[in-house]
Amino acid sequence: MDRTAVIGVGMTKIEKNKVRETFADMMWEAVNKALDDAGMTIDDIDNVVTTSSDFWDGRTISCMAVGDASGAAHKNVSCVEGDGAYGAFYGMTRSLSGSYKTTLVTGHSKGSQSVSSLITNSAFDPIYERGLGMDMITACAMQASSYMHRTKATPEQLAMVSVKNHGNALKNPLAQLPMKITVRDVLESEMIADPLHKLDCSPISDGCAAVIIAHESVAAKFKQKPVWIKGVSICADSFFFGDRDLSRARSLTEAARKAYAMAGIKDPKKEIDFVELYDAFTYQELMWLEEMGLVDDAMAGKLLEKGEFDMDGRLPVNASGGLLSGHPVIAAGLYSMAAVVRQIRGDAGGFQVKNAKTGLVHGLNGLGGQSHCVFILDKDK
Amino acid sequence: MSKRVAIVGTGQTFHKSHRPDVNGQEIINEAVMRALEDADLKIKEIDAIVIGNMDHFEGINYVDCWSVDGSGGMMKPIIKLTTGGTTGCTVAIGGYHLVGSGMFDRVMIIGWEKNSESDTTGAITTAFDPVWDRLVFAGAISGLAAEAQAYMARYGATDRDGARVSVRDRKHATHNPHAHLRKEVSLEDVLASPMLADPIHLLDVCPRSDGACAVIMASEDVAEKICPKPDWIWATATRHSYSYLGDADYGRLTSMREGSQELWKKTGIKEPRKELDVIELYQPYSFGGLIWIEDMGIVGPGEAPQYIWDGNTDMGGELPINPSGGVIATNPIGATGLIRCAEAAMQVMGKAEGRQVPDVNFAFSSGFGGCWWTDMILHGRKKPE
Amino acid sequence: MSDPFKGIEPMVYQSKINVPYSWWAGDTASKFYITLRDEKIILGTKCETCNKVFLPPRKVCPSCFTENREWVTLADEGTVLSFTVARRRFAAIPNNKKVPVIWGLIKLDGADTAMLHYLDEIKPENVTIGMRVKAVFSEVRQGTIRDISHFKPVQ
Repeated sequence: MDRTAVIGVGMTKIEKNKVRETFADMMWEAVNKALDDAGMTIDDIDNVVTTSSDFWDGRTISCMAVGDASGAAHKNVSCVEGDGAYGAFYGMTRSLSGSYKTTLVTGHSKGSQSVSSLITNSAFDPIYERGLGMDMITACAMQASSYMHRTKATPEQLAMVSVKNHGNALKNPLAQLPMKITVRDVLESEMIADPLHKLDCSPISDGCAAVIIAHESVAAKFKQKPVWIKGVSICADSFFFGDRDLSRARSLTEAARKAYAMAGIKDPKKEIDFVELYDAFTYQELMWLEEMGLVDDAMAGKLLEKGEFDMDGRLPVNASGGLLSGHPVIAAGLYSMAAVVRQIRGDAGGFQVKNAKTGLVHGLNGLGGQSHCVFILDKDK
Repeated sequence: MSKRVAIVGTGQTFHKSHRPDVNGQEIINEAVMRALEDADLKIKEIDAIVIGNMDHFEGINYVDCWSVDGSGGMMKPIIKLTTGGTTGCTVAIGGYHLVGSGMFDRVMIIGWEKNSESDTTGAITTAFDPVWDRLVFAGAISGLAAEAQAYMARYGATDRDGARVSVRDRKHATHNPHAHLRKEVSLEDVLASPMLADPIHLLDVCPRSDGACAVIMASEDVAEKICPKPDWIWATATRHSYSYLGDADYGRLTSMREGSQELWKKTGIKEPRKELDVIELYQPYSFGGLIWIEDMGIVGPGEAPQYIWDGNTDMGGELPINPSGGVIATNPIGATGLIRCAEAAMQVMGKAEGRQVPDVNFAFSSGFGGCWWTDMILHGRKKPE
Repeated sequence: MSDPFKGIEPMVYQSKINVPYSWWAGDTASKFYITLRDEKIILGTKCETCNKVFLPPRKVCPSCFTENREWVTLADEGTVLSFTVARRRFAAIPNNKKVPVIWGLIKLDGADTAMLHYLDEIKPENVTIGMRVKAVFSEVRQGTIRDISHFKPVQ
């Protein structure tokens, strides 16, 4: 199989409410930053994949809002609905199929413009579940209960994820919520949905991100040193919560296993240098690390206490501050990908980690992480 | 290395205005089961799934996740693609890239819609820019009427020319057991039907339907083992160039012109009128059947009416268009473009039964929607170079 | 760079997507709801190949992809697999529910999969994973998931 690489990334600052900008304005900024980063012009891009959601955007055919600002006019274009990581996945296959050389992948979201509870309630089955009034927060809170019950992870350990990631965000100028907080601050913040406190939850955010994926035949032609996509996989679990073991994410285990195999990784605990994962809620960082096989079962909380996932720890996790520090839904996976790319290139600035050669990017779709996407990016081809 | 891609199986529901006997997951399952049966595959043999619809027609968020019980996507990779009316063709192109990438040997592609579950026009209205277009110029018919008026003014076509296209498609639909509307109409019937938006009569436009379609694509490594005579995908092209309704050149479909030129260039087609054997055009209203085949280069600007009056696009003519009855007969929106792809594939595979065009070498299928957007696929009997 | 909004108020347009939906339940869910409404009985469907009973009832087994032809009457008692308590009035919570709202993931006896529903007649602090609960049916039943009012602890 051919290879592809990420050769440019661009992001807006993540903010609570970009009242001064439309979707297209945000897109224009992110796309131009990505083109500048790659040393390209829009004419060097031969196809575009936008990522958006009709629900989050309050617009049928939500991709229509950003087609022009993505530079898609007179080009081949498509739209993935879901997390940006899935957009990047599809963008990559468009190069691997031999059809295109340079794919611009974009993702945009404005949580500020809509009501998250109603939008995520719409992800429940309309006939059997929706009328009960659950949403993403209560669904994930229920998952957190399951996870904590099985693994004996403590509220303090969950809180430490928040402390760490908000602290990391102090080094990332794009983050929405850089904060120096304590475990006590988290535990004393408002209880939103048991067992999740306000500071266990990611905020409502606006933001837009773009990445440029190139086929190996052109990857070295532009300004940046390519960051290679070595492995990727997606896997979806059952839909109904009651069909799954909610304390587990077997689809993530499977996606990670396949991504490692594709990347030739035999021992992920040793070979993955750092991770940007989907920490919409604190428990998710611990749970996803275990389910990806990066730490032993039910051990993530204890290792976190030891500082293993700190920016200077054994396995830095969400050095960018993660989604707890700014969560533009849909764009999120592309922000994580961009953070990993910058780490591998060595230009992550204040949140640069040491020895960043092989990084893992994680995105997800659906309630309680039903579907997962795992990318392995590497400095070497 | 990239892989060549072929369609090895297709499945459709019987499309109707209402399907109260099944919910969304179940209607998807019907199409998936039929495609598996057609290809003689088991769900375990499918490596990945591409699904699409238009969210606000059913009001279900994260359809890729919600639909796994019907799609068979449990513990498989699934992606959702959505581009409005073009969605059905967009998902087919998605399947093409997934298989072509070499990562997956067998991909299930699904388009579906239960249009009966909501107010179709109300939902479509939200497609347009909320600040500029939504309040003043919305719904599907008004834009199409403006295109038809502009074309008629430019080339002197009449509403009778449009009606002739509708008569053709509705006649063709009588040979397709899957079609939603299977009633022949006369030219007079079309012209006497209620005027929706001048010059578009009720019988000039598509219905809204409940239905689903599934297509299985396979890589060259396995395609001919699954299906001895598969339908090879030669190339795809897409243009979604406009974002605002006022951007378009009314009376011409530039997305079709640019996209089809790319398609002919990629595949070495010099005279589409002679080299294509059948077309499944995403043509939601009759006048599109005039305008858009000119943009495809089948005939020159203003020449479509005469070409169609001469019977060239009827069954048995030089270049039959919409042997299935097309969109005017059946329109479960998210599935509609994929039905075009499936019908074109069936023509190439020789499986189109009562609507079969003889000896199909090249077939063309398309999707239309959004803001004058077009997606398209060239299908062929021979394996591409 | 000069501020493009100097002296200009950023305009915000309020709107609402207001599309009414009618979801066809299909024959499987229809049977489930009619039985629940008229007989206060909770039904699941069974896959004979996998020997698995599904709640909510499924027409097709998601694992082996064969039709579930058999209906099974389930107990109205079961076990709480997980739960959460909404302390805030989230927009999705129905108007006639008072905060705090407790949702449980409940596995009824006789079913292999669990369903989501409310837990009530218990203080949030006293809910535990593994506790036994029993369905309380609504007085007025209209063929919706809320024909079960909630689940209460088994005494």
